Amino acid sequence: MEPYKKHQSIAALMKRSNVDTDQIIPKQFLKKVERTGFGKHLFHDWRFNDDGSDNANFELNKPTFTGAKILLVGDNFGCGSSREHAPWAIADYGFNTIISSSYADIFYNNCFKNSILPIKVDKQKLAELMDEVAANEGVTFVVDLENQQLITPAGNGLTFDIDPFRKENLLAGFDDIGLTLKHIDKIDQYEEKHKQAYPWLWN
Amino acid sequence: MKKTMYEKIWDSHLVVEAPGQAPLIYVDRHLMHEVTSPQAFEGLRVANRKVRNPHSILATMDHCVPTKNRDLPIADPIAKKQIETMADNCKSNGLNLYDMKNPNNGVIHVVVPEHGFVHPGMVVVCGDSHTATHGAFGALAFGIGTSEVEHVMATQTLPQQKSKTMLIQIDGELSKYTSAKDIALTITGKIGTAGGTGHVMEYAGKAISKLSMEGRMTLCNMAIEAGARAGLVAPDQKTYDYLKGREFTPVGDNWNKALAYWQSLVTDEGAQYDTVVVLNADEIEPQVTWGTSPEQVTGVTGLVPAPNDFDDDIKSEACANALEYMGLTAHTNITDIPVDLIFIGSCTNGRIEDFRIAAEVTKGTKVADNVMAIAVPGSYHVKEQAEQEGLDKIFIDAGWEWREPGCSMCLAMNGDELTVGQRSASTSNRNFEGRQGKGGRTHLVSPAMAAAAAVAGHFVDIRNL
Ligand code: SF4
Repeated sequence: MEPYKKHQSIAALMKRSNVDTDQIIPKQFLKKVERTGFGKHLFHDWRFNDDGSDNANFELNKPTFTGAKILLVGDNFGCGSSREHAPWAIADYGFNTIISSSYADIFYNNCFKNSILPIKVDKQKLAELMDEVAANEGVTFVVDLENQQLITPAGNGLTFDIDPFRKENLLAGFDDIGLTLKHIDKIDQYEEKHKQAYPWLWN
Repeated sequence: MKKTMYEKIWDSHLVVEAPGQAPLIYVDRHLMHEVTSPQAFEGLRVANRKVRNPHSILATMDHCVPTKNRDLPIADPIAKKQIETMADNCKSNGLNLYDMKNPNNGVIHVVVPEHGFVHPGMVVVCGDSHTATHGAFGALAFGIGTSEVEHVMATQTLPQQKSKTMLIQIDGELSKYTSAKDIALTITGKIGTAGGTGHVMEYAGKAISKLSMEGRMTLCNMAIEAGARAGLVAPDQKTYDYLKGREFTPVGDNWNKALAYWQSLVTDEGAQYDTVVVLNADEIEPQVTWGTSPEQVTGVTGLVPAPNDFDDDIKSEACANALEYMGLTAHTNITDIPVDLIFIGSCTNGRIEDFRIAAEVTKGTKVADNVMAIAVPGSYHVKEQAEQEGLDKIFIDAGWEWREPGCSMCLAMNGDELTVGQRSASTSNRNFEGRQGKGGRTHLVSPAMAAAAAVAGHFVDIRNL
């Protein structure tokens, strides 16, 4: 995995709540057997007109948000289907940070497996950040994961919370499986007990 | 210390809790389908890792499979590749796969219980959010992402944060023709799609113990729609009767051992939950969603709301957007909403009990003009059982299509879909924009309500029939 580095970039604003993973990556794009190439389908049904041209009314199509790495979005982001295609599409499109007041559990977990930092802020703070971007589209924020800082030009920055284990893994770009396999002895021991206790699960 | 069922299962599955790291929990059963697994197998291959416990996995093909002309080659080349990739991956890793032609095939969450593959007290995962279904058996069952699918295959464990607990206590009794689906939609309407975030829900109370195993599966299936990580129902005699004699259920002495363990899982008297929600089943009426989120729901005697019926700005705006997408006018009677297509099926409501109740409503009727109605059994076993009982004839005589099993219009990946502006009454679980086809408009209902709408051409209060 790519280590997550401190960066300054444009924050794109999507003032929508309950954005579900079906919107993030519609099902017609789930038939691929690879992990890559989903970015071009991100938010497909909103982003493109029926004839395949760009929908000029869709937020992310605004030239002021071109190249944004930060996505500022409403409550309960990533609800619905568990598809990891959603964070794959988000990362492939170029976002590495999301800021919202809440996320659906599975989506939140999936972000960390794909070098995406989902920052949680309270609703009041989210509204302030949204106002700041709305008033000055194209504004850039600084995200400093090491120090858990979000810094904005208008001073709406904050220190955000994040699970220390997840933070370390993002910073180092660690692969979860490799970390777990360090505990292989414990897994073997657990499994031995499991076989004794529930032999019928092992036939 | 007094423990809830969730805490008992959690504690007994804790493999290691290293300082500064997420606890690792053991996974007993891993379910699989063709859409969320190929990249996980690819990951294993690249890292030169093996599937640790092939026997813990049961796989099916359900999302992309056609529900008609199953003998013909799959027309969509990309779906075909996904199906073939699944078959290759299962074969090369020695996994038990119920492929498209297998008599055990069907939607993963319908098939797994049919074979007794999930037992009380297990930790069960699947790259699919509706894994929560298996909580009906008192198993901790939840959806995971594809990286986690790979993680479980390689290590049989998952790093997890412990969830909070929520008790959903449902007192009273459902009336005839209100069902588990109506309870599920009522909960989602009450607490919202984010209401259960970070929680595992346990359903209890008289109305829950009265539900059949099928009903409990419907209920737990939609725990995710209320944002919960998982849903749980305590195992009881119904659970044990259902499991007994199935393929993966223990026999003889092992049955007795298992039973003693299962009985010990029930929440201790006096154990504390982080959140408690109480509902009364007597007050639950048949539910119909009017918007594009499962929380946008009301009783069949209700009205489509107006944006200014909501105090909360975000809800008000969501209502306005939903009305526009759904092509509905505020304050329309739910029973005045016309429908074009009826879908009975999915892992929410594609089980035998669902077709029985729908057939009871359908018997001797005709599908309304300009309405198309399709019945898609959740599995070949459901299909067979229904045919033995003559239910297929009831549907066919009434003008329904009787299809082969699969996810079908629940997520419309297999070619079964709504066209732009078409409106469905659907027994599935999600009414998101475009879920059943781009521009399609979905109203979630129970099987009985769907069957009644097929006859009338609009929603009707099933209790008046
Ligand atoms: S029936 Fe629907 S919800 Fe169930 S597994 Fe299939 S697509 Fe998912």
